[in-house]
Amino acid sequence: MAIYILWLRQIKRYFRAKSRIIGSIGQPLLFLVALGFGLGPIYAQAGGGNYIEFLGPGIIAMGILFTAVFSGIQIIWDRQFGFLKETLVAPVSRLSIMLGQTLGGATVALLQGVIVFCLTLFVGFRPDSLGMLGIAFVFAALTAILFTSLGIAIASQLEDMQGFQLIMNFIVMPLFFLSGALFPLKNLPPILSVLVRIDPLSYGVDGLRGALTGVSQFTISLDLIVLSSITLMLLIIGSFLFSKVEV
Amino acid sequence: MSNMPIIEVKDLVKDFGDIRAVDGLSFSVEPGEIFAFLGPNGAGKSSTIKMLTTLLSPTSGVLSVSGFDPVSQQDETRRSFGIVFQDPSLDDELTAWENMEFHGVLYGVEKELRRARINELLDFVGLADRRNDQVKEFSGGMKRRLEIARGLIHHPKILFLDEPTLGLDPQTRNHIWEHLSRLNREEGMTIFFTTHYMEEADRAAGRVAIIDHGRIIELDTPARLKERADHAASLEDAFLFFTGKAIRDEDAGAVDRLRTHAARWNRR
Repeated sequence: MAIYILWLRQIKRYFRAKSRIIGSIGQPLLFLVALGFGLGPIYAQAGGGNYIEFLGPGIIAMGILFTAVFSGIQIIWDRQFGFLKETLVAPVSRLSIMLGQTLGGATVALLQGVIVFCLTLFVGFRPDSLGMLGIAFVFAALTAILFTSLGIAIASQLEDMQGFQLIMNFIVMPLFFLSGALFPLKNLPPILSVLVRIDPLSYGVDGLRGALTGVSQFTISLDLIVLSSITLMLLIIGSFLFSKVEV
Repeated sequence: MSNMPIIEVKDLVKDFGDIRAVDGLSFSVEPGEIFAFLGPNGAGKSSTIKMLTTLLSPTSGVLSVSGFDPVSQQDETRRSFGIVFQDPSLDDELTAWENMEFHGVLYGVEKELRRARINELLDFVGLADRRNDQVKEFSGGMKRRLEIARGLIHHPKILFLDEPTLGLDPQTRNHIWEHLSRLNREEGMTIFFTTHYMEEADRAAGRVAIIDHGRIIELDTPARLKERADHAASLEDAFLFFTGKAIRDEDAGAVDRLRTHAARWNRR
């Protein structure tokens, strides 16, 4: 029940922040149009095929990543505006609070993923088979949970929003650009190839791409195993760090 | 059980780095008492309340709240008290009713009882007709009233009030204290509060503790405190007599910086 009300709060906040929803459409759309149509011809000439088909799942993953980390990090706001105290002082275990926050944030991120998926349809993306949409949804959900817990883990270590820009530049952006969302993993320089394999988002992108277009660079089962293990790990780390929060 | 103190503090110490905020505090509060906790800014009042309410762990010392240890029995302790914080702690994006509902659910109040109490309390603080408005549209006083109402939903055994009436007009202050006194009389609810309005402490409190530099310097009934302070005319004079007239600093720092930051963000 406590988990439910915490979840519900996040959903209500999401639907009330109209500017956030509109803003969250703009960025992915820009990426899809500028990169998709801009690099598309070269990509096709190089024998890569349809770049929009390749890029679509990457941008869906991007939408989920940004929204998830941002939702997790919102507890810094809650801390500064005092609402976190109200939650922490209630007779509810820290684990339930953490789970409620995570599920709420992840649901919002997942909604964002669905919105971006609809956008990709407008620029010409077509999923390979409708039957695989369920699998894509699983990958989207895992990615959402993973990065919301990451956001909460980071936020529980921060006093205020001063570090926010740092997180965007040194964690979120590298996670996105090194994930294989924008480029194929074949014939990469060795260092980049290693970085891509360390980045958890790579497995989310690859899983989504495998489910939506039928082409994956790892395998879907490897993606699933890696992604769910890291998600579980981050949930545990996030819960531990969150349980230490004092206000 | 009944003659056991409901709040007991022994040799409580809290250090923040090099700074000792609370320095060997000891006192106890009896069940059903209205207890005022007074002191200049930065005297250690809020830190003490945070430790009693499980939000902060003490550096050393022994605490007991409703018979539970706030350090090792957090959930049991939390179920036994309600708190109205000094700083705002509402969700601005939610409506008044939703803030109340959120609290009631977290405290496990049964649905029907919860709905009934929420309606009754919103009515009591004069916010019934604004129940479906988002809190960000409220004035400071309205938010304060809502926070007090929220702290009462689960009818706690102890109510902690950290400067509850800050920024409220005398009418509202009186109205709220009437209700609190009634809860104290009828339900035996213990009230532990801090305030800078000395006449409020004088009128409402059975006993008053004056703390300064993290220690209790006086603890007695308002009448006897005034008497001991060279027969001071008011509790405020007695307070100044005991704590001196120097003005204290309070640490603002990060919170203020962030408020500016967030205001900029939210304007998007």
